[in-house]
Amino acid sequence: MFKDIIIGQYINADSVLHRLDPKIKIILTVLYVVVLFIIRGSVSYVLFALMTLCLVLMSNIKPKVFIKGLKPLVFIIIFTAVMNLLLTPGTVMVRFWIFKITYEGIRSAVIMFTRLVLLVTGTSLLTLTTSPLKLTDAIETLLSPLSHIKVPAHEIAMMMSIAIRFIPTLADETDKIQKAQTSRGADFQSGNIITRARAMIPLLVPLFISAFRRADELATAMDSRCYNATIKRTKLNTSRIGKADISYALVFICTNIIIIMFGYII
Amino acid sequence: MLETINLRFEFRDEDLETGEILTDEILHGIDLKIEKGSFVTVLGHNGSGKSTLAKHFNAILTPSSGNVLVGGLNTRDTKNVFDIRKRCGMVFQNPDNQIVAAIVEDEVAFAPENLGIDPKIIRERVDASLKAVEMYDYMHSQTSKLSGGQKQRVAIAGVLAMEPECIVLDEPTAMLDPRGRREVISTIKRLNKTKNMTVVLITHYMDEAVQSDRTVVIDDGKVVLDGTPKEVFSHIETLDKIGLDIPQVTRLMYKLRQDGFDVPECITVDEAKQAILNILGKRK
Ligand SMILES: Nc1ncnc2c1ncn2[C@@H]1O[C@H](COP(=O)(O)OP(=O)(O)OP(=O)(O)O)[C@@H](O)[C@H]1O
Ligand SMILES: [Mg+2]
Repeated sequence: MFKDIIIGQYINADSVLHRLDPKIKIILTVLYVVVLFIIRGSVSYVLFALMTLCLVLMSNIKPKVFIKGLKPLVFIIIFTAVMNLLLTPGTVMVRFWIFKITYEGIRSAVIMFTRLVLLVTGTSLLTLTTSPLKLTDAIETLLSPLSHIKVPAHEIAMMMSIAIRFIPTLADETDKIQKAQTSRGADFQSGNIITRARAMIPLLVPLFISAFRRADELATAMDSRCYNATIKRTKLNTSRIGKADISYALVFICTNIIIIMFGYII
Repeated sequence: MLETINLRFEFRDEDLETGEILTDEILHGIDLKIEKGSFVTVLGHNGSGKSTLAKHFNAILTPSSGNVLVGGLNTRDTKNVFDIRKRCGMVFQNPDNQIVAAIVEDEVAFAPENLGIDPKIIRERVDASLKAVEMYDYMHSQTSKLSGGQKQRVAIAGVLAMEPECIVLDEPTAMLDPRGRREVISTIKRLNKTKNMTVVLITHYMDEAVQSDRTVVIDDGKVVLDGTPKEVFSHIETLDKIGLDIPQVTRLMYKLRQDGFDVPECITVDEAKQAILNILGKRK
């Protein structure tokens, strides 16, 4: 049930995006999100969408994967779009029953839809092309200046990487528990939201218990492999920011500035 | 290489209501000496204290009384802890609960990274360790996508990357299918033969014990039998009393001997076959 969410599911391939330094990639992704929310005007949106399409093609990952990643979020995306469509005040275009659809409503629904789809696609680009550990390493490096003010950068990164590593394991386990409880007569499908939420209890309790047991065993296993032996941990793959990374970042930033400008010129 | 001297261990627990300290002695004085390069299996039924013993070899637990020496270092001394863990690596039962990283090479690199080793040397160790367990081709795979046997081999590689002298495996095959078990056991045997690695294998599979140099049977926190697998399995009554399995062929030979046939102790099918053929040959 969680398996379709592609965030955190790295796909091993070779592409410019895969080779790009993860630290730069994170910064550029943040930039991407910011730009997505400040651009104005349809030309900018079209250009931004085109840029995203280019990035998707550059990633050497099948577009199918991105579409699959959108699927679990279809409900939220459509819901937001419909809400915008029906609830935005303005010049009325169509009126039926108690609803009225306004010109502004259509506009903001389209914008919201586009934004959400681009947001998910853009951030998935980061997680699909960067191995989870590289990602957390990069976060660790980006946070490390903060360790002077007692921010536990390494611990945060370690927790994140372990969380990522355990997602498939716990997803499998949820599946198993769900089947086991269903076979004992538990019903996860029918009833209203409250009944269904209550039906989750026999699912969540065993899941938590087992997660704690796993955490305990994992801690022992980490200890037995000398975790915390030295303060200065080293890294197998340390990524250095190279010329290619910098030029890629510059191109990306320039493209974005141009896209933002279009919104104000036209 | 490994030595326990009158090792006793008790779990301490506080009764939440009365505040009284409850103790439960799990290991009742264990004396063992395991030589470098040997392949020792430890047998015992559930709750006999095998895992508790194994955790002493890695300084995860320290004795309540008595001593444990790993390569001459006492596990009680806190400044030895990491040296001990480096010398004597440990592999656990559940492959899913001991893998830290999402990618195979990062998993293998975890221990050397913890030790602060130069990345170039880590690279060499990762390559060598993965080759040693025949998982080199999976270097960039996701750990969650591997089979159970492959996960355990990666876990073994993760320990090998510390370049230990000894490796303790706590029921590494208990959760694997027959094929996974074969992969893991043959890997362990190869390490023992070619790299002269000291191996302590905790198991409840008799066919694994049969392949080792020495078998130690633990019951209720005490060593009850200790010797070559052949010697140990000749104590059929003792093993029956403890409730441990005995290899089928050993039991067959035992029954045949009771029925008056002149057959030797056997622990492998081949030996048994030879013995039976010998008798049949004599009859003709
Ligand atoms: N944290 C703990 N606190 C108290 N008692 C414990 C604890 N862990 C284990 N025990 C007890 O110690 C005894 C020995 O446990 P141990 O895990 O060493 O057995 P084992 O031989 O490894 O069994 P298995 O074959 O099931 O792995 C058991 O009776 C168990 O209940
Ligand atoms: Mg055990």
